[in-house]
Amino acid sequence: MKKLMNAADDLVDEALAGMTAAHGDLLRVIEPNVVVRVDAPRQGKVGVISGGGSGHEPMHGGFVGTGMLDAACPGAVFTSPVPDQMLAATKAVDGGAGVLHIVKNYTGDIMNFELAAELAQSEGIEITSVVIADDVAVQDSLYTAGRRGVGGTVLAEKIVGAAAEEGQDLAAVTALCQRVQDNVRSMGMALTSCTVPAAGKPTFEIGDDEMEVGVGIHGEPGRERRKLGSADEITEALLTPILDDLPFSSGDRVLAFVNGMGGTPLIELYIVYNKVAAMCAERGVTIERNLVGSYITSLEMAGCSITLLKLDDEMTRLWDAPVHTAALRWGA
Amino acid sequence: MSDFDAAALRRFVELFADRIHERRDELTQLDSAIGDADHGINMDRGFNAARGKLAELDGSDLGATAKAVGMTLISTVGGASGPLYGTLFLRLGTAFGDRTAVAAGELGQALRAALDGVRQRGKAELDDKTMVDAMSPAVDAYEATSGDGIGAALDAAATAAAGGRDRITPLVARKGRASYLGERAANHQDPGATSTTILFESLRDAVAAG
Repeated sequence: MKKLMNAADDLVDEALAGMTAAHGDLLRVIEPNVVVRVDAPRQGKVGVISGGGSGHEPMHGGFVGTGMLDAACPGAVFTSPVPDQMLAATKAVDGGAGVLHIVKNYTGDIMNFELAAELAQSEGIEITSVVIADDVAVQDSLYTAGRRGVGGTVLAEKIVGAAAEEGQDLAAVTALCQRVQDNVRSMGMALTSCTVPAAGKPTFEIGDDEMEVGVGIHGEPGRERRKLGSADEITEALLTPILDDLPFSSGDRVLAFVNGMGGTPLIELYIVYNKVAAMCAERGVTIERNLVGSYITSLEMAGCSITLLKLDDEMTRLWDAPVHTAALRWGA
Repeated sequence: MSDFDAAALRRFVELFADRIHERRDELTQLDSAIGDADHGINMDRGFNAARGKLAELDGSDLGATAKAVGMTLISTVGGASGPLYGTLFLRLGTAFGDRTAVAAGELGQALRAALDGVRQRGKAELDDKTMVDAMSPAVDAYEATSGDGIGAALDAAATAAAGGRDRITPLVARKGRASYLGERAANHQDPGATSTTILFESLRDAVAAG
């Protein structure tokens, strides 16, 4: 294992200290490891928080700031945070208008957020939760834990954060988040595994001529292993199930998000985006907005995910609204 | 065999913490195959914290001791294991109440309450390929033999847990991270059922050592 680190046990704490040093104008870190917007709580504003394991940077801490998240709870690497963190985050951002929890659909995240919501409600804070479950590689059935929350989470946090920033109430912000969830689909693939620092070796072995298709964001194996294909073939293998699932059809306006898994250079992501644009054009789907870059990652894993969100006028307007965070900034 | 008291509970938690620490890499390895490679790491962190918490407590209150362990796990483990193992110990604590020791039958009722708590929290049923598949037969076996005393019943429970762990290895998972793998999760030993088996073995051995 080769990593820029001092000790595996200190990794998350030291990274958070570094974020504070770099972005003290945007955020602060409070006990027990919660990244909070520097001006929280804002009276009368709905609080929006999220959280999850570390190792997905810039998600979620990199999205704390004006027009996006009020707080983020980073757990250990690939491990959901504990309820104490979400409770502390909720209290730190509650401006009297309630707090929305954006939760990615993983068994541990669901349970820990549920426990935190119960504790916060018992202290008189109004809580709503929306579960993001956008990964079409997983069948949503009685026989799985349901679809994973992946790339759609980034888009939900941006759009919902903008709605809270402009003063929408908890019910409206919650309904909007659910609407994003209902209209977003993703799928990912991996060229390499990644190494959880405390484990010290790659989570899985993979040959030079192989790829994992249908991966989540935790360096875990995907739905199946295939022979490595060209960028166009890979893009087709990811985008076709996405297009067919919602389905996205001719006349739809979308936000197309091509995401790197952490170890893939931007030049390769643009090759993928090029094919995404061509396939959408063939189907008569208009890409009205896009995002290309590594925003929800699996440590140093090489690979990508593709996310499509079917836009409406309000979502487009809120996507364009000013945002100022460590990882996303425009208009502010 | 004497009753199960706070000293036995402490020995149990400390022995389990030792064994989790010794087998941390094995558990993480099992989790790498069908999960996200953190089970041993998270359990070791949590039970090390629970051991520290026990050192701060000096009471002989069985229920309060179990609850303190549960709260510590919920606050330190994270993932799915934190709420699940935390709930297990919280429910034991609630069932023990303010007693300083329980007899074989009462320990069985507490274990049954803990199993119900784990099922409710994780919404898992038998054959979903989770810790429930080790815990459920263990509790059944305990109840069936509790008339023979705590030692004999815990011996039967540990054997049944291991049997449950091995029985589900061929199955496809229906809950937790392993469920995303579909057929690929079949023929892999489940990490949660493995740690739960270690839990029952530790309980048996801690009581036998008393």
